[in-house]
Amino acid sequence: MTSPSNPNRVNASVRAGRIDRTRTLNATVDGRPVHGRPGDTLASAMLAQGDIEVAPSIQLGRPRGVLSADCTEPNALVQLLDGACPEPMLPTTEIELREGLRAETLSGVGWLSQQRDTAGYDKKFVHTDVVVVGAGPSGIAASLAAARGGARVILVDQHRELGGMLLDGRADIAGHPATEWIGRAARELAENEQVRVLTRSAALGYYDHNYLLVAESRTDHMAVPPPSTSRQRLWHVRAKQVVLATGAHERPVVFADNDRPGVMLASAVRSYLNRYAVLPGREAVVFTTSDSAYSTALDLLGAGARVPAIVDTRPEPSARLVEQVRAAGAHVVTSAAVVATTGQHRISGVRVRGLDDDGSLTGWSSEFSCDLLAVSGGWNPAVQLFAQCGGAVRWDPVVAGFVPRTTGGRSAKVVGSARGTYDLAGCLAQGFAAGAEAATLSGFRTAPPPVPQVDGDRQGSRPRPVWLVPDESRPPERCTEHFVDLQRDATVADMYRATETGMRSVQHVKRYTTISTGLDQGKGSGVNAVGVLAEILAANSPGEVGTTTFRPPYTPVPLALFAGRTRGELYDPVRTTPMHHLHVEAGAVFEDVGQWKRARYYPRGAEDMHAAVLRECAAARTGVAVQDVSTLGRIEIVGPDAPVFLDRIYTNGFAKLAVGKARYGMMCGADGMVLDDGVSMRLAEDRYLMSTTTGGAAKVLDWLEEWLQTEWPDLDVYCTSVTEQWAAVAVVGPDSRTVVGRLAPDLDVSADSFGFMRFHETSLTGGIPARISRVSFSGELAFEVNVPRWYGEALWEATMTAGSDLGITPYGTETMHVLRAEKGFVIVGQDTDGTVTPVDLGMDWAVSKQKDFIGKRSLSRPDLVREDRKQLVGLLPTDTTTLLPEGSHLVEPDVSRQPPVPMLGHVTSSYHSAALERTFALGLISRGQQRFGDVVCVPVDGRDVEVEITSPVFYDPEGVRRDGPAQG
Amino acid sequence: MVADGNTPAPPERLWRNPEPKRNYDVVIVGAGGHGLATAYYLARNHGLTDIAVVERGWLAGGNMARNTTIIRSNYLLDASAALYDHALRLWEELHEELDYEFHFSQRGVLNLAHTEQEVRDARRRAFANELNGVDAEWLTPDEISEVCPILNTSNLRYPVLGATYQRRAGIAKHDLVAWGLARKCDEMGVDFIQNREVTGFVTDGDRVTGVRTDSGDIGAGRVGLAAAGRTTLLTDTLGVRLPLQSHPLQAMATEILEPVHPCVVMSNHVHVYTSQAHKGELVLGAGVDTHNGYAQRGSVHVIENQLAAAVELFPVFARAHLLRTWAGTVDVTPDASPIIGPTPYENLFVNCGWGTGGFKATPGAGWVFAHTIATGEPHPLNEPYGMERFTSGALIDEHGAAAVAH
Amino acid sequence: MLLVRCPWCGDRDEAEFRYGGQADVDYPADPHQLDDAAWGEYLFVRANPAGSFDERWVHTAGCRRWFSLVRDTATNEMRPDIPRRREGR
Repeated sequence: MTSPSNPNRVNASVRAGRIDRTRTLNATVDGRPVHGRPGDTLASAMLAQGDIEVAPSIQLGRPRGVLSADCTEPNALVQLLDGACPEPMLPTTEIELREGLRAETLSGVGWLSQQRDTAGYDKKFVHTDVVVVGAGPSGIAASLAAARGGARVILVDQHRELGGMLLDGRADIAGHPATEWIGRAARELAENEQVRVLTRSAALGYYDHNYLLVAESRTDHMAVPPPSTSRQRLWHVRAKQVVLATGAHERPVVFADNDRPGVMLASAVRSYLNRYAVLPGREAVVFTTSDSAYSTALDLLGAGARVPAIVDTRPEPSARLVEQVRAAGAHVVTSAAVVATTGQHRISGVRVRGLDDDGSLTGWSSEFSCDLLAVSGGWNPAVQLFAQCGGAVRWDPVVAGFVPRTTGGRSAKVVGSARGTYDLAGCLAQGFAAGAEAATLSGFRTAPPPVPQVDGDRQGSRPRPVWLVPDESRPPERCTEHFVDLQRDATVADMYRATETGMRSVQHVKRYTTISTGLDQGKGSGVNAVGVLAEILAANSPGEVGTTTFRPPYTPVPLALFAGRTRGELYDPVRTTPMHHLHVEAGAVFEDVGQWKRARYYPRGAEDMHAAVLRECAAARTGVAVQDVSTLGRIEIVGPDAPVFLDRIYTNGFAKLAVGKARYGMMCGADGMVLDDGVSMRLAEDRYLMSTTTGGAAKVLDWLEEWLQTEWPDLDVYCTSVTEQWAAVAVVGPDSRTVVGRLAPDLDVSADSFGFMRFHETSLTGGIPARISRVSFSGELAFEVNVPRWYGEALWEATMTAGSDLGITPYGTETMHVLRAEKGFVIVGQDTDGTVTPVDLGMDWAVSKQKDFIGKRSLSRPDLVREDRKQLVGLLPTDTTTLLPEGSHLVEPDVSRQPPVPMLGHVTSSYHSAALERTFALGLISRGQQRFGDVVCVPVDGRDVEVEITSPVFYDPEGVRRDGPAQG
Repeated sequence: MVADGNTPAPPERLWRNPEPKRNYDVVIVGAGGHGLATAYYLARNHGLTDIAVVERGWLAGGNMARNTTIIRSNYLLDASAALYDHALRLWEELHEELDYEFHFSQRGVLNLAHTEQEVRDARRRAFANELNGVDAEWLTPDEISEVCPILNTSNLRYPVLGATYQRRAGIAKHDLVAWGLARKCDEMGVDFIQNREVTGFVTDGDRVTGVRTDSGDIGAGRVGLAAAGRTTLLTDTLGVRLPLQSHPLQAMATEILEPVHPCVVMSNHVHVYTSQAHKGELVLGAGVDTHNGYAQRGSVHVIENQLAAAVELFPVFARAHLLRTWAGTVDVTPDASPIIGPTPYENLFVNCGWGTGGFKATPGAGWVFAHTIATGEPHPLNEPYGMERFTSGALIDEHGAAAVAH
Repeated sequence: MLLVRCPWCGDRDEAEFRYGGQADVDYPADPHQLDDAAWGEYLFVRANPAGSFDERWVHTAGCRRWFSLVRDTATNEMRPDIPRRREGR
C-alpha cells in the first residue's frame, strides 16, 4: 500500500503489479535508502518512493530523470558498488532490486575498479530446431506452435518472466486477463522436454547461418548468489530456424526542454503502473503521435491520477479512443504539440501550441500544469538482430517505423511489433504461423494453432510523427534544448551544425554529434535522429535518409562474459612430457615452447642460469648429460610412395636413404624459405619416421597433408602424428655410450656396431621396448632413446641411475641451444625468420641439384640469388667476456652513427661457452660467407662492441668428437 | 552542446557536395584516409588541385571509420621503419597544419613479449628502430608496470617477459582526421564525389582515360586507387592481378569510462591490442577473420578470443561492457606490407595492401602516393613497395611487427 | 560463426576448420618452365572475388581432410551443393 516512504506505490486493490508485497528489499543509492519489493527494478523502487531525478547530464549538467522502463534508458545510469566487483553504466530500469544493493548515479561515464572480478562466467553451445527471441505475445505464440509440432525450441527473453508487452498492458485473451494465458503457456512450455526457456537472457547477436549469441544472467538478482553458480552464461545457439519476436521500442518526441525530469515514455508510465504498481506522477499530461498512449491515459485515470490533457499531433485520432478518455475525465487536444516544459528538478507544466498540416505552429496555445509528461513519438520495431546479419530494413510510412524488408524465407522470420504489427490479434497470428512454419521447415510438419479472441490494444488511426516540434522563438538550427540523444546531450542544433559542414549522410551526422553512440546504440535516439535529419535535408521520408548500421551486442555485457573460463590456468592448455614432474622435483626452471613446458635449465643450489648452463654444457662435453626431448615432433610417413613424397618435401634426398639409417632433413616453403628441419629415419622400405622442431610439429603435419590431399592425391602415402606416442631422451657426451650400454644391455653399442645416423630397436632393462638412434645436436657422441610414452618416467629414472656414477647431468633447452650453436647448427625460428633460405644458411649441400622439391623454383628468383643476401656466420666479440644481445645489429665500424645507420645483419643466437671459455654468437650478415675475418661492430647501450665474423662452427670443426673417445 | 573536445568547435564548413565535372587531372578512387591524404598532398606538395576523390559510400566510411586508431612506426625492416616513421613525423605536425583538432595523443605503445623467441624478435626490432632513428626502448616487466600499472604481467599463462616501448606512438580520433584532411582539400578545390561507386575504367591501349561509375564516366588524366579491401574488384577488370586477399577485420569498443588505461598495449601471443579513446571508451582489436569476406562482419569466436586475451592482460577490464563490435574489409598481402606504385597502365597507380595497419600510415601513404601519381615514379620511400617485389622475391615481411594475426 | 559443410563430418562450426583460400590452384607441372612473373603469380596471387567463390577448407579439428565449397563472400551464403573433395585414395 502507499505509505509515506512509498508515496507512489499504488494499492494492491487498484493494481496488484508483478511484485511481492509481503517482503521489503533495502538498497542504497548515492548513500540514500531505497526500499522496494521483490519484482521491482531499481528504477521502479526509486519511482515508488518519489525519486525521479537521477544524475545530471554528461556535458551540460542538466537535471535528468528516468525516462523509460527498458534497456533504452538514457539517463538513469548507475555504478553498482556491491557484488563481486563494482560495475559501471547500468540502467536502473534493467537492474532487478535485491537486498543490500548499493549504487551511485552516473552522469554518462562509469569507472573501473581495481578490485578483481571473482565471479564465474560460463558458456554453453547448443543446437536447436527453432530459436524464438522474445517472449511477448508473438514469441510465446511461435514457441507454442513450434513446440506442439514436436520441434526442439529455445525461447529467449530479457526479462525475468514471460509476457513482454502484455505485462505492460491490460489486454484480455480468450476472455481472461492476458496474464492467465501467459501462465498457461509458460507451464506448457516448461513441461515440454524439447523446449528450453531462457529468461533474464538477452539475445546479443545474430550471426551467419542462424547462430545466435545469448547472455543469460543467473545470479545478479540474488542478494547472496550460490557460491558455485556462474554469474552469467553465454549461450551459443545454432538453430535451423530463427523467429525474431523482439518487440518494439517507443521513442520520445523532440521538443524544447524535452529532457526535464518527469518527461517519460508513455509506455513506460504504463509499465510502471501495471508491472510495478507505481504511479510516477499524480497529474499527467499525455503527448502523443499515435493511438497507443491513450491506453496510458486510461490506466492513469483508472489508478486515480489526473490527466489534464492528451495532446495529440493528429487532427483526427481514433474516435473510439477519444470518447473513452473523455468519458474517463481527460481533455483531448488535437493537431497540437508540447512546445516547452517548465520546472527545475521536476516538470511542473507544459506549454502546448497548435500544429498545422505542414508541422508549423499555429496561433493557438494553452498551458497545463503537471508533474508527469507521458510522451509517445511512435514506435521503433526492434530490428537490430534482424539487421545484424545483413537483413535490410525499409521505412514503412503507415506504421511510421523502420521494418524488415523481408520477414521470412531464407532470413529469420520477424513477427509482431518487431515488424510493425501492433494489434494483439495480429501478433498472435503471426507468431503462431511463424512457429508452425519454423517447425515444418525443421522437419516437423505442423499447422498454426487458432488465434484466440483478444480484447484491448487495438490500433485505430495512423500515427503522425512530428520529428522536430518547432521552437516558439528560435529557428531550428538554434534549438539547443531540443534533445535528440539524451545520454550524449546531443541536440537538434548539433545536427544542424553537422549538416552545415556539408554532411548529408546519417552516418556522418551520427559521428559528428555522437548521437546513438551511448548505451542504447540508437534504440531510443536513432530513429528520431533520422527523422530530424530528414526534416533538415527536406527528404521525402526518413526512409530516404536511412539508418546507421546495427551491430552486436544488442545490449552491453561485461567483457568477462566473453572471456568465460578462458582465464588463468585455463587460458591455453599446458602440454607436458611424461617426465615433467621429475623435472619439477629436480628444481628445473621451465620455458614455454608453444604450449609445451620444457625444462630450460636445472639450477643446483644458488646457481643462476648462467652458472647452471656452464655446468650442464661442461658435463655434456666432458662426461655425460641427459635431456628430455619428448616434445620433438614425430610423424610416421607410410606407404609405397613415401620415398617419392619425402623427396618432394625435403630439399635433400630421402628416397634412397637406406633402411636403418637416419638423415638430417631440411624443408622449405614454396617460396624457398626454410620452413622446418629435423632428423628423419627410414624404418622400412615404405616407412619413415620424420622429426620436426617442437614448435613446428603441427604446422609440418598440416603442410604434408595439404600437399598429399590437394596436389598429389595419387600418391599412396599416409601421415600420422606420433609425437604423443613417444617419450625420448638425448644422452650426450663421451660417457654416453657407457650409459646407453647399461640401459640397453642386449644392444651392441660399440663404435663399430652402432654407426652415426643409424638406429636400432631393442629392449631396455626391465623389458621396455626402445628405438635408439645415434644422432647429435651437440656434436658430441650422443644417443637418442625413444620409448612408448608410458615408459617415459621409467626411462628417465633408469637413465639417471645408469649414469649416476658418471655424474650424469640433466640439461635443458638453454644448454641445448649453446651446444648446437657451438657447432653452427641452426634453430629454425631463431636463426631463421621465414626470409632465410638453406643457401643463406650455408647448407648448399642439403639443396639437391638432381631432384625437384618444394621451394626449388623459388631459389632462382632474382632476390634469392642476390649476392648481398644475409648469410649465417659466427661472431666472436673481441672482448671474450662480452655477451652480444640477441637481436642486436651489426654495422660497419667506419659508418656514421647518425640514423639511419646501415645494418649488415643481426645476432640470432648468443651465449657463454664453457668449451670455448668465452662468449660467441651466430648471426645473419650480408655477404657473411665472404667476410670471415672481417671486424665489424655491434652498437649496444651507446657503445660499439667489436666483433669478428667467423665460420659458424666454433667447436670441433673436423667433427672428431661425434664418435666419442677412441675405444681400445 | 559545448565544444568540449568530443566534437570539433563550431562553426565550420568541411566539404561541398558538388556534381562531378566531366574530367579531372587526377581521379582518386576511395575517400578513405589514404585517398584524402593523397589528395591533400597532391595539392600541397605538387600544386595539383583539379582532383576528384570518388567514394562509393560516405566520405571516410570504410576502414577509416572502423580502425582502432593506433599510430606507431616501430616496424622491423629498414623500408618499413622509414615509411612509417616518415608518417609519424607528419602526424606530429598534422593537426597544426590542418588547423584541426583530432586528439592526436602520443601516449606510447607497448608491444609485449611472452616467450623467449618473442623477446629476441622484439629486441631485434627495437635495436633496428634505434639505428634507423625510430624511438624504441626495451622494458623489463617492472618497467612495464610503471608505464601501465593496470597491465597484468606475471599472473598469466604466458607471463610478460618484456616489451618494446615507443613513446612517440599513440592514437588519434579517426573520423576527425578524415574531416580535417577533407576540409583542407575542399578549401583547395578538391571535389568529393560521394555515393558514387567506381566499377571499372575507360582505357585506351595501355592508358586509363577515366573511371566508370554506377552513374556515368568521369575522365581522368591520372587515376590513383585507394580502395583498400575492394581494390582487386577494380584491378581485376583490367587484368592486373594483385596478391591481395580481402578479409573481415573486427574491432570493438566499450562504454565510456573514467581514464584508466594510459597507453596503447599490443600483444601477439596473448592476442589483442587496446587503448582508451579520448572520449573514454576502451577500443580493442585483434586478428582478421581468416576466411575471405566483403560483408564487413566477422565471427563471434574471434571476438571471444581477443576478449579473453584482454581480460587476462587487464583484469580491471572484466566488468567494462562490450558496447559495439564492427568490422571492415582489409586487403592483406603475403608479406603484410603494402603495395604502392605504378601498374602496367602508365597513368594508373595503386595504393593498397595495407591490410590491418593502414591508419597509422595515413599522412605518409598520402605523401608518397601523391608523389607517385604526380611524377609517375615512386617516391624513394615507396620504391621497395611496388608490385614487382612478388616477382623478384624481394618481399618485405612484417608479419611480426604488424602485430595482428593473419 | 560460419557453418561449414564438411563432406565427411557434416555441418560444423567454422572454428573447427582452417581456411585455404581459392580452391584448385594446381601446383605447376614444371615450375622451372615458368618465368619469375608467372612463378610469382602462382606463389602469391589468388582470386579475391566479392561474390561466388570456390574456396577450400580443411577440417583440422575433425577428419583433417581438405575439401572445397562455394560461398558468396559478400553475403556468406553457402551454395547448397555438396562440397567437392579430391578423390584419390
